[in-house]
Amino acid sequence: MIERRTPSRRLFVYSNYIVLTLFAATCLFPILHMAAMSVSSNSAVTAGWVTIWPVGFNLDSYNYIVKNQAFLSSIVVSFERLLLGVSLSLTLTILAAYPLSKPNLKFRSRSVYSWFFVVTMIFNGGLIPGFMVVKETGLMDSIWALILPTAVNVYNIVLMLNFFRTQPAELEESAQIDGAGIWRTLWSIYLPISKPSLATIALFTIIFHWNAWFDGLIFMNSPSNYPLQTYLRTVIVSHDLTNMSANDITLLQNISSRTVLAAQLFVSMLPVLCIYPFLQKYFVKGLVLGSVKG
Amino acid sequence: MQPKPNRIRRFNASAYHLMLLPAVVLVLIYSYGPIAGIVIAFQDFVPSHGWYGSEWIGLDNFKYVFNMPDTMQVLSNTLLLSVMKMIVGILFPLTLAILLSEIKNAAFKRTIQTVVYMPYFLSWVILSGILIDILSPTDGIVNHALKLFGIEPIYFLGDGLWFRIVLVASHIWKELGFDTIVYLAAILNIDKSLNEAASLDGAGHWKQMWHITLPGMRPIIVLLSVLSLGNILNAGFDQVFNLYSPQVYDSADILDTYVYRLGMEQMQYGVATAVGLFKSVVSFIFITVSYFLAYRLANYRIF
Repeated sequence: MIERRTPSRRLFVYSNYIVLTLFAATCLFPILHMAAMSVSSNSAVTAGWVTIWPVGFNLDSYNYIVKNQAFLSSIVVSFERLLLGVSLSLTLTILAAYPLSKPNLKFRSRSVYSWFFVVTMIFNGGLIPGFMVVKETGLMDSIWALILPTAVNVYNIVLMLNFFRTQPAELEESAQIDGAGIWRTLWSIYLPISKPSLATIALFTIIFHWNAWFDGLIFMNSPSNYPLQTYLRTVIVSHDLTNMSANDITLLQNISSRTVLAAQLFVSMLPVLCIYPFLQKYFVKGLVLGSVKG
Repeated sequence: MQPKPNRIRRFNASAYHLMLLPAVVLVLIYSYGPIAGIVIAFQDFVPSHGWYGSEWIGLDNFKYVFNMPDTMQVLSNTLLLSVMKMIVGILFPLTLAILLSEIKNAAFKRTIQTVVYMPYFLSWVILSGILIDILSPTDGIVNHALKLFGIEPIYFLGDGLWFRIVLVASHIWKELGFDTIVYLAAILNIDKSLNEAASLDGAGHWKQMWHITLPGMRPIIVLLSVLSLGNILNAGFDQVFNLYSPQVYDSADILDTYVYRLGMEQMQYGVATAVGLFKSVVSFIFITVSYFLAYRLANYRIF
């Protein structure tokens, strides 16, 4: 296609580059500002000299948070829920999606199960009854309160079953002619080919668990059981450093509640910032897989 | 008589049932359990008496809550906020997708995309931590910058009107990337030969955008708009809860935060559940209608 370079077209192209750059910079600025504050001196931060470049560079805020017991233990809780939550979710998703991907002829109860799951996508009991159920099942203050209620994600099941459906029926037939049972077919034929889809669901589930904060707030009575984001919320809300001990005073010229919070926020972002670029290309695919495919 | 195929089918089915069992049990407890628990809305619920022992009071909880002046305010806040978010939630990603599609430099395009998607993956706890800091009236960088222009400090999170603006703006900041990807994919799916033909006929870029790109995107715009209807009562709990304070309850308290305070803070379980039920029922109607519309207008099906 021949690109016609009229002056007005050229003006549009240049201003387009400028507008998009400015827009992206605006999106990025608050995050860079936070990162810069975390490694700047308290006096520079208070004076308002820090924009996106550190002023009075120091790592004292980081030195402070790596000794902060509450911060560290909340990270441990977060990793614990990540490990348990992701493995359980993936297992449940595969096990539920595979039978549901079968045609009605092969699995007659399929539509009953489908409706059973779909109803939960469009209607829920709300906050208080949900809270009561977790309480009644004895999960309060237990890590399982953060895992079991959200373990079955119907969207992921739909995504996975649509992927299974795109696979040719011959794949399964040939395996069964070779004598493989249902479980064997799922394990040796379907599981290996669904690795990319599983990886996508795994990454989204990791981000979900890493970012979750509300369940920690209502299901954990003891702050020592808080996952990272719930802990961060308490720091943001209270915004104080009352647990700073006396011999930390010398540190106070470099750190303050603001720089320490900035450091904690930045550390909490890091895992997500490492993962999300890999999710981009699956984004559209996943959406298309999950939606358009009839 | 064909006993053999029959036996195979029975064996098949039992394995399928077994595979579904764990998910079914969990959904039964943690999704259907709360649905059954909605009975609390019709009770004067006392936790120590349980679901069976609490007194039934019919619709009293509903009457009580809909007679409170706060409730109407909360309802209108919720609607206003979600409708505003819905509108900017279509316009901004659409514009950004069109602008991005005009960029020929692949590396630049990818960089912009990567940056713009970033906040989508961060939690509202982190984003509100950042916002509270940069918008602070005394120390925040935004007010520092305003001071350079001689503008008096603005208490963004303490003033009702500004708070709403912050909510909508930060909603764009976080959610923009997701829908942009969908719109961008729709643009890429438009048949390039249409543009070539139009170009040969002398249509400029603007004409092509108006007569080819936008009509080509109509199905996806309709689909996303219709599906967003289901969120009419979801004004963004995570965002509001992490940013608001009693000062701005008047303009920022939404159904979900209201339910939280009624239930988890004031322990009015029955009343809070009644409000929650109201929300669930209205949402259910909107979601059902939106799925139906999406199916009729855009041939969209979840299964």
